[in-house]
Amino acid sequence: MGALTLPEARLNGHDDLSRFVRKDAGESKFGIAVRGAHCANCIAKIESGVRAIQGVANARLNLSTGRLEVGWHDDAVLPALVIARVRALGYDAQPFDAAQARDADRSEQTFLLRCIAVAGFGTVFVMGLTDAIWYGGTDMSGATRALFFWLAGAVSIPVTLYASQPFFRSALKSLVKRQTNMDIPISLAIILSLGLSLSQTMVRGTQVYFDAAVMLAFLLLIGRYLDFLLRDRARSAARHLLAMQAAPVRRFKQNGNLETIAAREIEPGDRVFLTSGERVPADGTLEDKDSLVDVSLVTGETEPVAVVRGGPLHAGTIILGKPITLAVTARVENSLVADLARLLEAGQQTRSLYVRLADRAARAYVPFVTGLAALVFTSWLFLGTSFVAALTGAVTVLVITCPCALGLAVPAVQIVATGRLFLRGVFVKSGDALERLAEIDVAVFDKTGTLTWGTPKLVNGDEIPKDALDAAASLARASQHPLARALAAFAGEGPVARGIHETAGAGLETDVGGVRLKLGSARWCGIDVAGGGSELWFRAGGDAPVRLRFRDTLRPDAARMLDALRARGIAVEMLTGDREGSAAEVAGEAGITEWQAVVDPKAKAARMQALRAQGRRTLMVGDGLNDAAALALAHVSIAPGTAVDVSQLAADMVLRGDSLMPIVEAVDVSRKAKSLVLENFGLATIYNLIAIPVAVIGLVSPLIAAASMAASSLVVTLNALRVAGGVET
Amino acid sequence: MALIICAAFVFGLTALCVLLWTLSSGQYDDLQGDAERILIDDDGPDPD
Repeated sequence: MGALTLPEARLNGHDDLSRFVRKDAGESKFGIAVRGAHCANCIAKIESGVRAIQGVANARLNLSTGRLEVGWHDDAVLPALVIARVRALGYDAQPFDAAQARDADRSEQTFLLRCIAVAGFGTVFVMGLTDAIWYGGTDMSGATRALFFWLAGAVSIPVTLYASQPFFRSALKSLVKRQTNMDIPISLAIILSLGLSLSQTMVRGTQVYFDAAVMLAFLLLIGRYLDFLLRDRARSAARHLLAMQAAPVRRFKQNGNLETIAAREIEPGDRVFLTSGERVPADGTLEDKDSLVDVSLVTGETEPVAVVRGGPLHAGTIILGKPITLAVTARVENSLVADLARLLEAGQQTRSLYVRLADRAARAYVPFVTGLAALVFTSWLFLGTSFVAALTGAVTVLVITCPCALGLAVPAVQIVATGRLFLRGVFVKSGDALERLAEIDVAVFDKTGTLTWGTPKLVNGDEIPKDALDAAASLARASQHPLARALAAFAGEGPVARGIHETAGAGLETDVGGVRLKLGSARWCGIDVAGGGSELWFRAGGDAPVRLRFRDTLRPDAARMLDALRARGIAVEMLTGDREGSAAEVAGEAGITEWQAVVDPKAKAARMQALRAQGRRTLMVGDGLNDAAALALAHVSIAPGTAVDVSQLAADMVLRGDSLMPIVEAVDVSRKAKSLVLENFGLATIYNLIAIPVAVIGLVSPLIAAASMAASSLVVTLNALRVAGGVET
Repeated sequence: MALIICAAFVFGLTALCVLLWTLSSGQYDDLQGDAERILIDDDGPDPD
């Protein structure tokens, strides 16, 4: 997590992006992370738009990963032009950093699919042979039967050994760490049944169960693949966000020209050019005259802060007003955000300690099953049966107890649940996030940008005389200050006054027809009042000043969402970096009694740890850079779709729309999913209670064991589908 | 009978190889995109 800063550099056609281009034998390839493409129209628009650039040989957008690959010969195309074209079409675009573009996971997925294909082929072919033996029975001569067994073995042994590699590897890995997992009895069952069948074939015995081994591998692989799909969805979202962060910044060269580099290449001593609206990539000092910066992402404070020449600029803040030059003092990874990154990593570590339901079950299950198989083997031997019969009994026990309910039904429930939530606007990044969400008993919300819209709105616009409002707006349109922009948004389109002079941290002024117009702080307009909350003052010459009050308003469904959570037995809290006054106002409106204001990112993270220490399971909902650490430390976390990339990365789930109600739906679905998973475990237990005694006494063969195991998998999978319906909203 | 078994094996193996080829040639890399691409109206002038 080196490049945590997200400068949204405004690229123009002259930026040199050549270091993002991969060259291979005269062919140039340029990867772009595109955000906002969702349909066929977008594909056609982007691809044909990019192909229309002279020199571009091909362009293909992968809708699943959001990655656009553009190719050309030699140096025919300026990469920055391609980016500019995609942006002109209305999509967010950043160059994919070649270093981040590794596709390791993709190959793991392909490998799993390969294994499924091989196992599927083996299952069908071997069953064709062995079914002929089981049903043809008496009509078949001994020699034919032996031939069929040999054929079945010749196919199923290599096929099964190849296709079972995922189980073998994972079993070995956990054995090396002296732990147990489900793959140990699975591997044992597969290897033992293959070995037993092979030796029986050699001595022309009848205990041949090649088909059981292949089918077992095939069915379990399907469950494994479903599980992988779930985790891969999370990883590809993370990869995309990382690529989005590898944003370019512009650095002054020795000769004063600008060059474009990746943010992580910045060195202390560099001078970086930043225009209005860009994010500061690394800690440094201001080289120009005074400037205003928006620190809301770092501290949660809604009011812009003035920085004087030589003053510190922290990574993650956003430049307002005129372009500035930043003298970099720290590398990206040593900047203020890096502190957050470390907290974030710590949070992800604690989260990875979370034991998934299936693994918790495995801890109890694995020693029991393997122990039972060993017991069956020794006691049968002791009772005087043959070695082969005893081994067959043990294999049957292993096969019949194969944890398919755990291997298949848990990911099946989660796939269905995340699919349902996706349709309702909640993007779930991992399956165990759902398990964790089902357990929460307290929900902590950030204020700015989460419960509220995150942008101030003029609240007393109706009380202000029309001409004063128009005059104030004509000044405000010239400024990037959030309050000025809110005023301009309220007034709508209109003229901009001439000759405006902006003083950072104070206000705007100009002369219109000999009258001095001033818009800014109370002091700027020559008024001596105690300023409370967000406000602007406007004064035309010697007229009475007009007060413009602004407020960051609550999202419309915030109170309803909080009530719904309380009705489900979840306590609600608010933590904000903003000042006491505005925090109290929002808390009152939303009906929140537990809240703290002026909380910095570390204190937010500390609160998460304190709640954890009390044994409470916390849901954190937040959007800012200042929330990222808390999001990572919480038991489970949700970020609104408007959140900064780091927070979307740190959160377990991301909301897609402006509405907050999907949070409630997510809680409901997760609880329903959990109860279904437990139900599935219950079904599996009942099945095992019946099947194990039967297998122990030796009433079933491994083939019937494999078939009944498949049937039990089917039952739990069908049960999983129930999560798709029947949840009250 | 040997012929039938061999034929079954060869057919099965062929199908398996074809499937593995589609996998390695990346035909499953963007299922969402392929589903949408079918809707692109390419009767107009060739974008190339």
